[in-house]
Amino acid sequence: MKQRSLKQRDYDWHPQALSPDYKSSILRSPTQPLLRVDGLASELDGPAFSPDVIGPLDHNLIQNYAAALGSNGEAIGPRIIVHGRVVDENNRAVPDTLVEVWQANAGGRYRHINEGYIAPLDENFGGCGRCMTDENGCYRFLTVQPGAYPFPNGPNTWRPAHIHFSVFGTAFAQRLITQMYFEGDPLIQHCAILNAIADPKAVQALIGRLDMETSVPMDCLAYRFDIVLRGEGSTPFENRMEGN
Amino acid sequence: MLKETPSQTAGPYVHIGCIPQYSGIDGIYPNDPGCALPADAQGTLIRLGGKIFDGNHDVVKDALVELWQRDGDGDKGIWLRQPTDLSNGFYQFDTVMPAAVLGAPHICLWIVARGINLGLHTRVYFPDEPKNEHDPVLTSAGKRRDTLISTRPDPEEDESDIGFPVYRFDIRLQGERETVFLNV
Ligand SMILES: [Fe+2]
Repeated sequence: MKQRSLKQRDYDWHPQALSPDYKSSILRSPTQPLLRVDGLASELDGPAFSPDVIGPLDHNLIQNYAAALGSNGEAIGPRIIVHGRVVDENNRAVPDTLVEVWQANAGGRYRHINEGYIAPLDENFGGCGRCMTDENGCYRFLTVQPGAYPFPNGPNTWRPAHIHFSVFGTAFAQRLITQMYFEGDPLIQHCAILNAIADPKAVQALIGRLDMETSVPMDCLAYRFDIVLRGEGSTPFENRMEGN
Repeated sequence: MLKETPSQTAGPYVHIGCIPQYSGIDGIYPNDPGCALPADAQGTLIRLGGKIFDGNHDVVKDALVELWQRDGDGDKGIWLRQPTDLSNGFYQFDTVMPAAVLGAPHICLWIVARGINLGLHTRVYFPDEPKNEHDPVLTSAGKRRDTLISTRPDPEEDESDIGFPVYRFDIRLQGERETVFLNV
């Protein structure tokens, strides 16, 4: 088995663990510095998934929930393609990696036991999807544009419309969960969760761009969201993983 | 050179996308990814479980925990995924005792939840394991190394039903006995 090193993570680029304006972070953020692990580590390896596990409608959030209930109903809301490419920091494609998404429906309501927002459920929308990247690292979902929703953080705090993404890469240390926002959304500047990121360029990296070229006439608009995972560092290791 | 995509919290509804059946969304996927030990995993069955506590000692009931480890032979990787239970906050993996690869036997965990802006890496080691003495991560953890070592809770009581060893690993996100989290 081949292992490698990863570039050191830039923790200043990510949202700060303690971001007091995002109330939930106050009691859930470690106060001690992270312990640096150098050299070979188990986390430099990770799971691989077979494309065989992906069903034909897994990427189609407009149809997959109703289809699972035996109906051909479709979710309500603006139809959109969300697509992009998963690469590493060295701009190398990350092929055959699992991408999972979840989101609120067009009214901003999640299908979840702890959800209490007054917007109605959509009987044809579950809000989860997944796909594998192709050989070029490309992924593609068909969904409805999620609505903004309020959350109990301050007296009147709202999340901009967003889609949650989970990406694997090839090493456990590359594991990433993030959120894609929508170009032009005026709520972006008011979001306490996004504002936990200090660098405006990092915020920009989370905004999906309207992509007219990929939109389908008389059918759906498209947004493009490229994802960058940690890249291989300059000192790769060879390791045979034969006990220690 | 590109910059890594910034992380964002998994939020309180991570179950919808990662373990949909657990959140009541049935039938889109045949089962929740990572819900069961692969049939070809070799080794001694163990149960690993515990709770996650916030800085106020309150139990975190909306987290997702992912596991990555070697199997008992050391040549197969095992990946699993479980929630902290939405009602009691307990997470639990039925897995195998990992082989000693790259240090003392250990299990890698990755924790995401509402309020956690960047997923947290930690490791679970095992009590009474002689190799712990020379493990590089335990050694560099210094005085806080015990936060990485699981415990055996009252074996007779806990194992009578399942017939294999139980290990307890609580995670403290903040404050007294804060768990060591890794920059790996
Ligand atoms: Fe959300």
